[in-house]
Amino acid sequence: MSARDEILARIGKAVAGAQDVEIPREYRTTQQVEDLVGLFAERVDDYRAIVHVLPAAEVPAKIDELLTGRRMIRPGGDGWEDLNTADGVVTTCAVAIAETGTIVLDHGPGQGTRAQTLVPDYHLCVVRADQIVSCVPEAIARLDPARPLTWISGPSATSDIELNRVEGVHGPRTLEVVIST
Amino acid sequence: MSATFIGMPGSFPKNAEKAVQNSQLRFNLRKATHTIRGKRASVVGELPDWQELRAAGKAIKDHTLRNLDRYLIQMEEAVTRAGGTVHWARDAAEANRIVAGLVKATGETEVVKVKSMATQEINLNDALAAEGITAYETDLAELIVQLGDDFPSHILVPAIHRNRSEIREIFLDKMPKVPENLTDDPPALAEAARLHLRERFLKSKVAISGANFMVAETGTLVVLESEGNGRMCLTLPRTLISVVGIEKLLPSWRDLEVFLQLLPRSSTGERMNPYTSMWTGAVEGQDFHLVLLDNGRTDVLADEVGRQALRCIRCSACLNVCPVYERAGGHAYGSVYPGPIGAILTPQLRGMGSDLDASLPYASSLCGACYEVCPVAIDIPEVLVDLRAKAPHAAAERAGMKVAGWIFNDHKRLAKAQRAATKLRKLVPKRLPGPLSAWTDTRDIPEIPDESFRDWWERTRRSERSE
Ligand code: SF4
Repeated sequence: MSARDEILARIGKAVAGAQDVEIPREYRTTQQVEDLVGLFAERVDDYRAIVHVLPAAEVPAKIDELLTGRRMIRPGGDGWEDLNTADGVVTTCAVAIAETGTIVLDHGPGQGTRAQTLVPDYHLCVVRADQIVSCVPEAIARLDPARPLTWISGPSATSDIELNRVEGVHGPRTLEVVIST
Repeated sequence: MSATFIGMPGSFPKNAEKAVQNSQLRFNLRKATHTIRGKRASVVGELPDWQELRAAGKAIKDHTLRNLDRYLIQMEEAVTRAGGTVHWARDAAEANRIVAGLVKATGETEVVKVKSMATQEINLNDALAAEGITAYETDLAELIVQLGDDFPSHILVPAIHRNRSEIREIFLDKMPKVPENLTDDPPALAEAARLHLRERFLKSKVAISGANFMVAETGTLVVLESEGNGRMCLTLPRTLISVVGIEKLLPSWRDLEVFLQLLPRSSTGERMNPYTSMWTGAVEGQDFHLVLLDNGRTDVLADEVGRQALRCIRCSACLNVCPVYERAGGHAYGSVYPGPIGAILTPQLRGMGSDLDASLPYASSLCGACYEVCPVAIDIPEVLVDLRAKAPHAAAERAGMKVAGWIFNDHKRLAKAQRAATKLRKLVPKRLPGPLSAWTDTRDIPEIPDESFRDWWERTRRSERSE
């Protein structure tokens, strides 16, 4: 018998006669948050990321200011190409989660490949206010599992040495988020 | 790792006896477990629907286990449709053979690895070494363990038994091109690891990972991590091989909304871990292989009481609250799964043929703290009691008495054990099973009072003070 058939047969035998289980879903699937932008900004800041909240009209100037003097990868636009020598990357995102301070990339237009937001040491992410949802269930509902997804909550970090938090082991050491309102 | 847990000599009480004499270990462990425990409590307290999430998590896992065959077939179809290849492995040897074969087919002799309990359980690194393939661990703690030729001692922070000066020594000794003036400052050590691994990430052609979850409906695999080494391994190499226990399955995409809330908060005490990667089949031009691993899991599934251990999402919350783990340390359990979950999972996966495995169900004071924190509500004390009854009795009796002696030696442990006995008194039979029955055939087990004297004293004294 193939390994597949044998494992499936063992499972069938192991659970024969066991009752099925209903899944209660009484947890919250949405939340009333008065100030989504404010909560998201506060939670991102908790991870020691840098946050700016700006009216949409002021965002381009801010981005220019932040990018001056840096060799930046700009997915979909002109920019530095070599992953290993780039100083940073600037992207948009697919969804952001206020409660957990998370941005989610689905690597669609403006978000680059998975490696582009990983190898350079600096990641600047622009989030539109209407991309912010309250909680994890709302984010899951908006995302497409057929796409590769990268959830980012603050910069790379380790606590492996005596539980001291150290930022930037392998991923970007600095995460900067501009929220466009 | 050249050393292996399988067949490690000794038994839990013997190993624990040695470990409790190591004051550095006890200090590190105490600090770590108490810190994470505090963080966990505060972020769990933020969610008013924690108990509802926990009930959903438990039910989703039970439902999946009940229908595991159906969902595994669905998973296989979804991954195949998305361009991946699925392999099935009955046991460790078969899984190792499959992985070694896949690596050899690429012509490579080096692979990078994402921290994974499943590949440790099957001792993959040794199996690959025997085939001339070198596996490099890339998680900082796993790297410390691997370079130190050592065992992991905690699920989440495997090198927690090492302090910074020991880590510095290991790096100076074993890391090629390490800076000579390396200090024992954690950022300096982390930087050394970053430089050491960067080149390796950029040139590796094959990576091996596990997964925290896989979703049958969509064929998606999910890996949670902090450092970014996981993302490096998952995305840069041309070939990705994921070895995943069959119990890691979830039925639907939607189910992730439950587990992405339960796991980070229970595990590191964060609202969300820094990085989560999700991918479905072969993406961005990669060649993707999924190895579905049984290795004893179907035997656990067949046990009506013990099967709940398969709900475990490896968050390690139960380790951080366990008074026995805190003193004995992870190595005493002689398995990749230490602490309360190890005490029930290891003897079920491996059977209780050895002294060590037969002694594991006694590595607990039955205080019930592990059950209270478990995000999928595994009743660990219930499984422990059940396994004690099933253990071969001569060995188990010796082990049980030794652990009892060890617990009664320390007044804090005794207090915890009494409290536990109080909580569990309904489970205590009037007659003891097996060889111990000779003792209870002529005596009744004394009634366990509702409250221990210590608890009563503390409670009444405390209420006096607060009045
Ligand atoms: S048994 Fe529960 S608490 Fe322990 S690691 Fe598993 S899921 Fe976490």
